[in-house]
Amino acid sequence: MLISLFGAVESGVIYALMALGVYLSFRILHFPDLTVDGSFVTGAGVAGVAIVGGMSPILATLLGAFAGFIAGCITGILHTKGKINALLAGILMMIALYSINLRLMGQPTVSMLNESTLFSQIQSWWVASGFDSFFNNIILTLGAERFSGTWLVFTVMVILTLLVKVFLDYFLKTEIGLALRATGDNQKMIRSLSANTDFLIIVGIGISNGLVALSGALIGQYGGFANVNMGIGMIVIGLASVIIGEALFGKRTIIIATLAVIGGAIVYRIVVTLALRVDFLDSGDMKLITAILVIAALVTPRILQARREKKRRLQKKAELLQRKEGEVHGA
Amino acid sequence: MVLKLKDASMTFNEGTPDEKKALQSVDLELDKGEFVTVIGSNGAGKSTLMNVISGSLIPDVGDVLIDEGHVVHLPEYKRAGFIGRVFQDPMAGTAPSMTIEENLAMAFSRDKKRKLIPGVTKKRKEMYREYLETLNLGLEDRLNAKVGLLSGGERQALSLLMATFTEPYILLLDEHTAALDPSRAELITEITGDVVKKFDLTTLMVTHNMQQALDLGDRLIMMDKGQIIFDVSGEKKQELTIKNLLDEFHRIRGRQIDSDRAVLG
Repeated sequence: MLISLFGAVESGVIYALMALGVYLSFRILHFPDLTVDGSFVTGAGVAGVAIVGGMSPILATLLGAFAGFIAGCITGILHTKGKINALLAGILMMIALYSINLRLMGQPTVSMLNESTLFSQIQSWWVASGFDSFFNNIILTLGAERFSGTWLVFTVMVILTLLVKVFLDYFLKTEIGLALRATGDNQKMIRSLSANTDFLIIVGIGISNGLVALSGALIGQYGGFANVNMGIGMIVIGLASVIIGEALFGKRTIIIATLAVIGGAIVYRIVVTLALRVDFLDSGDMKLITAILVIAALVTPRILQARREKKRRLQKKAELLQRKEGEVHGA
Repeated sequence: MVLKLKDASMTFNEGTPDEKKALQSVDLELDKGEFVTVIGSNGAGKSTLMNVISGSLIPDVGDVLIDEGHVVHLPEYKRAGFIGRVFQDPMAGTAPSMTIEENLAMAFSRDKKRKLIPGVTKKRKEMYREYLETLNLGLEDRLNAKVGLLSGGERQALSLLMATFTEPYILLLDEHTAALDPSRAELITEITGDVVKKFDLTTLMVTHNMQQALDLGDRLIMMDKGQIIFDVSGEKKQELTIKNLLDEFHRIRGRQIDSDRAVLG
């Protein structure tokens, strides 16, 4: 149980990078970008092929992310210069990427099991450092069951994801970042303030898909393979992470919102893992579970809000009544 | 000469029954510091004139020069470096989900190249605060408030400040008080006069309200059917009344002005 939950958190932190990308397109640019399903695989596939070809895992990972950036830029160009509806531009790019990914990979699945990946490269150093026994002893003293996993992936990914988050937070507060946010908020206005909105959309969707592909490249190395179908439904998972995160942790400022998105990605993985432990559910039900999760995260806050409002009104009414009664008695 | 329009013409839906000549060989020159009000009934070409200057529309023929430089083929966002603009819709000039200081930061970058440096710094914050104080609306204490929370009047005042405090070559005001209630409209009109004077801005203001066109500015232009039919400045402009204007229109066009809104608005 603990092991599978830990695995869920681990992969959740990796998927959080993808969710941050989706946050950038959906929430900041208000651009429903479906390229994600394709660019996630592009990241995994490019990194996989490069690693099998003997490239250093770090460079291969960056190359995968860059390929995703280019794919996103093309979607942005289709939308801004080609005047294609945002949703359609994403769908077109998504199906085009399916074929492109297959070409890039040369076969439907690229295995990295016997290759040195980003994680296996750090492993020798990690084992020598003795962090694992340190962390596991803490857990043991906290009274949990014996845990013998490695903390390598978790630690590396938390550091990397937080770095990306801090970078994103900073970027969105720079002069260019502000213009990017305004492009999603009020395009007419920021154009009248001399911002090239076409360029900002292209770069913004590019960065978004760069993050998605980075996540894909890391998931590929984490699982030991890249598969041409591994991106199916990825956009919904990203959206689920964003929506769940915002519902649970709030979205008042950029800093809170990006942290919430990371939290949402982890929570999503945990919920799916727990759901799959229920006897009558199997892995084929994943998509249904995801859909229900998103619906719940969208609807629940509204219901809670309506309840609070109702309670507040009733309270006001009661106060008013009491005051009136007091007056009657006083008279 | 800050702004020059040479022989600008613009026709919409040419060759169809809906053909509309929005501008017909319009020539217009604005000197530095001139404050010009533009009136005319619906469809007279006022908005097209604004859009041709701002670059939202490219005229069929004719030339646009800003500060002696040809800009007619520059896209809107590039021209915006020289032009401050306030729209009729109070919601159009600000980004609602961003804070007041972030909105001001974006306006501050209008005539500069945007970089990867923070848009809001301690020093700039002080500057934004000082500018906001001139509005007398208490916005200087709400720098971190989201602009979507402000009222229409407050948003329009902020838009006006954002369009002006970087001192653009040209200020375009497109019926910017028309969507506000009378008292707010009066406030914005007052702020407009102050700001234009303070920064000595070359201003073109479209309005439906004749009284406003008479009260503000030192030159008045009347448009009809895509042409400038009346252009008065200096003392003659100061002595104008609404009745003069209506009579003048009747004299030139041989008919009554066809919009009640133009009189009452």
